[in-house]
Amino acid sequence: MYVADSRASTSAASAEGAVRPRAGRRRAAVAPTVLALGAVSLITDVSSEMVTAVLPLYLVTGLGLSPLGFGLLDGIYNGFSALVRLIGGHLADRGGGRHKGVAGFGYALSAACKPLLLLAHTLTPIGLILAADRTGKGLRTAPRDALISLSSTPETRGRAFGVHRAMDTAGALFGPLVAFLILRATVDGYDAVFTVSFCVAVVGVLVLVLFVPNSVNGARTKSDPDGARTKSGPDGARTKSAPDGARTKSAPDGARSPATGTAPRAISGDTAPRPTLRAALALLGRPDLRRVTLCALLLGLATVSDSFVYLLLQRRLGVPDRWFALLPLGTAAAFLLLAVPLGRLADRVGRWRVFLAGHGALLLAYALLLASWHGTALPYAVLLLHGCFYAATDGVLMAVASESVPEELRSSGLALVQTGQALARFVCSLGFGAAWTAWGDRTALTASTVALALCALFALTLRRPTPSAPSEGLA
Amino acid sequence: MTLRTRILVLISALVVLAGVATASVLHASARADRKNQTQPGGPSITAGTVALATGSGSRMIFRNMAWGPHRDELTTVPASNPSGPRTASKVKCLRFYASAGTGVCLQSVHGPVQDTYRAVLLDTRLRETARYDVPGIPSRARVSPSGRYAAWTAFVGGDSYAGTNFSTRAAIVDTRTGKLTPSLEAFRLVKDGRTYHAADVNFWGVTFAADDRTFYATLATKGRTYLIRGDLRARTLTTLHTNVECPSLSPDGTRVAYKKRVPGLSKDAPWHLYVLDLRTMRETPLAESRSVDDQVVWRDDRTIVYALPGDYGADLYTVPSDGTGTPRRISTAAVSPAYVN
Repeated sequence: MYVADSRASTSAASAEGAVRPRAGRRRAAVAPTVLALGAVSLITDVSSEMVTAVLPLYLVTGLGLSPLGFGLLDGIYNGFSALVRLIGGHLADRGGGRHKGVAGFGYALSAACKPLLLLAHTLTPIGLILAADRTGKGLRTAPRDALISLSSTPETRGRAFGVHRAMDTAGALFGPLVAFLILRATVDGYDAVFTVSFCVAVVGVLVLVLFVPNSVNGARTKSDPDGARTKSGPDGARTKSAPDGARTKSAPDGARSPATGTAPRAISGDTAPRPTLRAALALLGRPDLRRVTLCALLLGLATVSDSFVYLLLQRRLGVPDRWFALLPLGTAAAFLLLAVPLGRLADRVGRWRVFLAGHGALLLAYALLLASWHGTALPYAVLLLHGCFYAATDGVLMAVASESVPEELRSSGLALVQTGQALARFVCSLGFGAAWTAWGDRTALTASTVALALCALFALTLRRPTPSAPSEGLA
Repeated sequence: MTLRTRILVLISALVVLAGVATASVLHASARADRKNQTQPGGPSITAGTVALATGSGSRMIFRNMAWGPHRDELTTVPASNPSGPRTASKVKCLRFYASAGTGVCLQSVHGPVQDTYRAVLLDTRLRETARYDVPGIPSRARVSPSGRYAAWTAFVGGDSYAGTNFSTRAAIVDTRTGKLTPSLEAFRLVKDGRTYHAADVNFWGVTFAADDRTFYATLATKGRTYLIRGDLRARTLTTLHTNVECPSLSPDGTRVAYKKRVPGLSKDAPWHLYVLDLRTMRETPLAESRSVDDQVVWRDDRTIVYALPGDYGADLYTVPSDGTGTPRRISTAAVSPAYVN
């Protein structure tokens, strides 16, 4: 009864979102770079979800294989993908911001996997191709999020990530539709699905190459004219360490990096230092990022994987079998609709607050699953809350984490938070499965609910929004 | 590059890519015409009457995969001449099985957005008597020797990004009462003498005994597979043996033929056919050296029949059940056979 995990890996944890622009202040629109990256993600998700949607069908009815053997590889992929993400993050920061290059390579790698599917007819090569596809996804995620973060003004970052996630999810919803329309129009048209998917993926890469600037310097400095963010950022803790103190001291190449973080400047270009792996790891020495990562990790440990949520929905609330495959679409639809409004809300009332509130929504969803009341509206409510959880946490966490990472290490820092969260969720899946086995689904869910409540409470006390600090540097 | 150049580059690329995409879709849809053309050298097929019980000698009924107007239809040949001329029925199935005048046909239903699946119960004249929703892509079908119970397995996949995790649901229906057990997970599972619960339990490949009470199936949990014996009355499942997938009970009820994951084989072709004697629990490897991913069918107590990939999807092969002899191809472009009298 294991069902694949849905987008459990995309996001990350938390930091401090207490950015509060003054009321009535006009907000800058979302940066063109963000829109371009959103378009790239939308197009790429159409492409990848086309394949995902028909893959089981292709394996079973097209090739006559049992896809079960495949599930065994899933755990390996997940761990691997998390590591690749760190590598992608680090590579993107090296050489002073090769975000676009690394992200582009990731997108191109995934695109190249699509036509290969046409040639593979047994599980092992198909497994390898999917692994390469995931490697591409792992590589591109952190640099892409870093680009979004770097090309947005601090006070609109929540919205920028919201717009991006909404576009991304729209692609994910649209992809299966395209795939099934093609299958409808053809006879066993899996080759056509893979070919179209490849063409769509190439468009995604092209949009990235043509419309995402090499350097986000221009965009950022224009939209962040005071340049004060780096020096007197929204929260006190970061400000202290921002001009590079902790990192430079602990990095062995300190001599090379005195320039780091001293001024808002191009993050690309040859003048930039080359952040080392050690410098990336030294990010964890920053108290604020450490706290964000810790919270993301703890909350991730209590976040039951999507597949379990859908299984519980089906069992506890009696959702008919035939609707089972549609449950993830419910979550995605809610995510799509709420990503922008909640991102904006995060900018206004504090990202950390919204991030924690998102976990509150998840708690509520768990509580509904545990409740003995079984109304017909209940599955909808649970899915809405589940989507709300994603909308309030996925992009918002990146926005939060952005505040705690200096620009030249943005990609590594975001990757760190994402990987921590992804691994925590993976551990949670294993633990939840074991608890379900030992005690049954109800007890396991109760335990998760309590754990989540405790972690959220802990996160609440550990990192309180600091409403006093923010505004001056931003307005 | 100016914005204008970039837009021009994008538009030209879009034109080219749209051309490639359209061509591939057209190519795949044109295949419909080709697949409706009988391929040269293929079996000869004519439309006719197909019945699950004729009283006129043993026949094999299967899904015809040969291209032509009768592709995917249930088709029959005399059991004594399986490569002979085929009679097609107009009933299309992905998977099929029949026994004692009851057939189970797993079909896809083209919906506006997505395919759905159903299991259709058929009477001796292949008329529908009942239908049930199947929650995913169907893979295995069986009917009990008496025709009273029917079972099927479906793959249920998540809709996640490059998701590679699949689960299975095995359903059993009582054709007399219409009572459906949508998943064997509803039964009590006894593993190594103790009641066992796990979130990762999967069942597939049900095969029935003649008593309309006992059945066998595969259980997978924690990365291992087991042969389980089920009891329809007590609603229990008991593990008997490890490393058994897609069991198929012999007509005399003493042996189970199955695919076994053999160490050292490549990951995409890991299975060899074995027969397990249920009294002695002794395993006998069969004389088929290729990896078989099918739930085999016993033609009689000495012979089993199974599908291997072929030019037109699948071909049927036969091999003795005692480990002797050599595999022999009996039919091309055919899958899901059932023997009826």
